[in-house]
Amino acid sequence: MGSVMLRMKGIDKSFPGVHALDHVDLDVIGGEVHALMGENGAGKSTLMKILTGIYLKDSGTIEFEGKGVEFTSPKEAQDAGIAIVHQELNMMNHLTVAQNIFIGREMMKSGFISDSMMNKEARKLFDRLNIDIDPSETMGNLTVGRQQMCEIAKAISREAKLMVFDEPSAALTESEIEELFKIIRDLKSKGMGIVYISHRMDEIKVITDRVTVMRDGTYVGTMITKDSTKDDIINMMVGRVIYEDPKQTSSVPENAPVVLKVEHLSAGKMVKDVSFELRKGEILGFSGLMGAGRTELARAIFGADKKDEGTIYINGEQVEIKTTEDAVSHGIGYLSEDRKRFGLVVAKSVAENSTMSALSLFMKGVFIDRQKERKEAESYVKLLKTKTPSVDQLVVNLSGGNQQKVVIAKWLIRNCDILIFDEPTRGIDVGAKSEIYHLMNELVKQGKSIIMISSEMTEILRMSDRVLVMCEGRITGEIPIEEVSQERIMAAATLRNQEDNNGKTKK
Amino acid sequence: MEKLKNNPIIKAIGTQRLVALLALILLYLTFGIMNPRFATYSTMVNIFDASYYIGFMAIGICFVIATGGIDLSIGTVLTMSGLVAGFLSVNMGFPIWLVIIICISIGTLFGVINGLLVAKLGLPPFIATLGTMMLSKGIGSIITGAQSVTWKSGSDPEGWYRSIFKIKTEGGLLIPTGFLFLIAAAVLMAVVMNKTKTGRYILSLGSNKEATRLSGVNVDKYLIIAYVISGTFAGIAGLAYSTIYSTLLPGGGAGFEMDAIAGVVIGGTSMSGGIGTIAGTMIGVFIISILKTGLPFVGLQTHYQQVATGLVLIVAVFADVYRNRKKN
Ligand SMILES: Nc1ncnc2c1ncn2[C@@H]1O[C@H](COP(=O)(O)OP(=O)(O)OP(=O)(O)O)[C@@H](O)[C@H]1O
Ligand SMILES: [Mg+2]
Repeated sequence: MGSVMLRMKGIDKSFPGVHALDHVDLDVIGGEVHALMGENGAGKSTLMKILTGIYLKDSGTIEFEGKGVEFTSPKEAQDAGIAIVHQELNMMNHLTVAQNIFIGREMMKSGFISDSMMNKEARKLFDRLNIDIDPSETMGNLTVGRQQMCEIAKAISREAKLMVFDEPSAALTESEIEELFKIIRDLKSKGMGIVYISHRMDEIKVITDRVTVMRDGTYVGTMITKDSTKDDIINMMVGRVIYEDPKQTSSVPENAPVVLKVEHLSAGKMVKDVSFELRKGEILGFSGLMGAGRTELARAIFGADKKDEGTIYINGEQVEIKTTEDAVSHGIGYLSEDRKRFGLVVAKSVAENSTMSALSLFMKGVFIDRQKERKEAESYVKLLKTKTPSVDQLVVNLSGGNQQKVVIAKWLIRNCDILIFDEPTRGIDVGAKSEIYHLMNELVKQGKSIIMISSEMTEILRMSDRVLVMCEGRITGEIPIEEVSQERIMAAATLRNQEDNNGKTKK
Repeated sequence: MEKLKNNPIIKAIGTQRLVALLALILLYLTFGIMNPRFATYSTMVNIFDASYYIGFMAIGICFVIATGGIDLSIGTVLTMSGLVAGFLSVNMGFPIWLVIIICISIGTLFGVINGLLVAKLGLPPFIATLGTMMLSKGIGSIITGAQSVTWKSGSDPEGWYRSIFKIKTEGGLLIPTGFLFLIAAAVLMAVVMNKTKTGRYILSLGSNKEATRLSGVNVDKYLIIAYVISGTFAGIAGLAYSTIYSTLLPGGGAGFEMDAIAGVVIGGTSMSGGIGTIAGTMIGVFIISILKTGLPFVGLQTHYQQVATGLVLIVAVFADVYRNRKKN
């Protein structure tokens, strides 16, 4: 292994009301993958934003390749050879993939931007990385996972010496994560230093060489990954041990009534003739590969997208759900997978976001009862252990995982009977994750029903009472919890429709 | 300086509104010192007169701007309301109470049309309201046969409507009652903006429409409401303008909306949506009315008013941008 490439020492940073970093150290060796771990709001992203010139540090020193550096803009950090893949996607949806990748360093031909050159260059890059994406496709048409792969490719194309991955895997499918790991191993073999942030323990064990753990903005320690156990790391992160056991049997009684019944639902290109039932008190897991149509199905049920065909019954009665308002009034809540775009109004406060779906409960005549609103929001901040200085804090200032908790609070406050959780723990740390799992179990015990869409196999195995698998817009498998296994899910998830394969209905 | 910044009063008012408020006071004092005739009661009444129609328009359009949209039609809708209503009163003999209702309703009608175009047909607000701006300009002229209209005078038996905005006592004293209406409307709409569901949803859809929709909110409805508020206030502004200035010219009114928009922006409302402050808007409106009324007093023609308004606008908005940039 190489020599120390990056040395951050005594980094300190405060935001109004938050001491985000309290003298944090980090050093990265060339040719290693260095995991940065810690609970939501521990300060991981902030530390990386300081490294890459997005935030200015209050105090501390940064040494890169033996020289003291002081980046005051992202461009300076880039020029020095540090690239970052941000936790949140930063793509221009209207531009093409290639235009996004080369933004700020467009290729010119006789004074004009040359799209063909950029497409060619992007294609080369994708080939090298073994990614299958069309460079001339419009970014907005890609799934979140594919967009993330573009983001990664973009960072790599900068030919950096040090790469930071801030939760790159949160939006990726299992197979995409495999792609990513291949890329990382390749970069590593070239002597590049890599910082890898993730909440997924198994990934840390697989891909990283050393782990630095942070807690509440402080440095806890650094360990060699293979010399430490999962429990050691979690213990350092949260100060206690958390168990994650898969569910053994379904907890839904035989005679539990059906609360939601979907029949022959079709919507757009992504949902084709879907029928299923959800029982009272059940957690119904929806597994499948990214792009299998699970989110689209959820959106169609929720009235966010148009349905082409099909009927929905709630508690045995047929209902018309044309708008999201209809859905909510029928007691359905939907937690979007893309919280920043669809789940939150990030420029508004925690309190305002929390009560958004249930504002009627906080009215005093025609006026909003702010007192009551804040109190309720505060109680959910406590319940979910959301890290925020107050409920008046703007959501945009919260760390990724804590933002997700605000989305969850919103639907808990609405008190829906049927909750659709789309990737509920994406970007959430182990401690908070187990709290959210606990909460979901509590909710179904209280008689609520949950549809849980998840790309994380362990999550599906641990939480579901029954698993439905989707592939290409159809339900291709139904597996009771007693029989469920990773293999059976994967088999169903890749069960492509015969007709399609014969080219009859190929798009 | 640090201490000043943390002063709770300054914090509550907000930097931009504070700058605007200081500019307002400074302007008034400057004009007053340069020409003592400016600092008189009758000039004050003139300033108020100019503030009514701009003020009502500004209150209304503040809601549309808070959604992230724009309503270009309010200036010409103001004129059309005044023209058509005045025409019905003078030429057709409609009773004045009915005329007042019609005047405001024309504004509401255009608000509904704008709202439907934007929310239901999905037209960009700029385009939709550019269209209705031209429509209202043309229709007003057509209905009145391209003639100017002068509303009934105060001495007419039906002239009582004039004292809605200004009462002239026996002794010749002018009481600007319109000011009370304007402030009452501002307070009412500030409450709507900050304390009701309507305001909350308008602000949040202005900030992130899709997330608001996915929270189960009928965003189309609230988008339409914002335009209806804007249109209705344009109608009220039409009434105020007609009452104060009596005569309306067909085809006039284009450009009035810019005064209103400037007032809103000077007051601290963001053009990109999600923020809307009525209190700030009122400060902005009075800055513009003072400039309109005051510049002739110091011997400057109205063109200078544009220059001065432009400068105040840029300085006030920059103060806010600068503060936000420093915070990061
Ligand atoms: N711009 C900001 N203004 C105010 N507070 C901020 C800002 N950015 C981050 N914070 C706060 O700093 C703390 C650290 O946040 P950071 O985003 O670094 O956490 P993280 O470790 O990346 O968490 P996660 O795993 O949830 O992404 C949090 O309490 C967060 O609310
Ligand atoms: Mg983070």
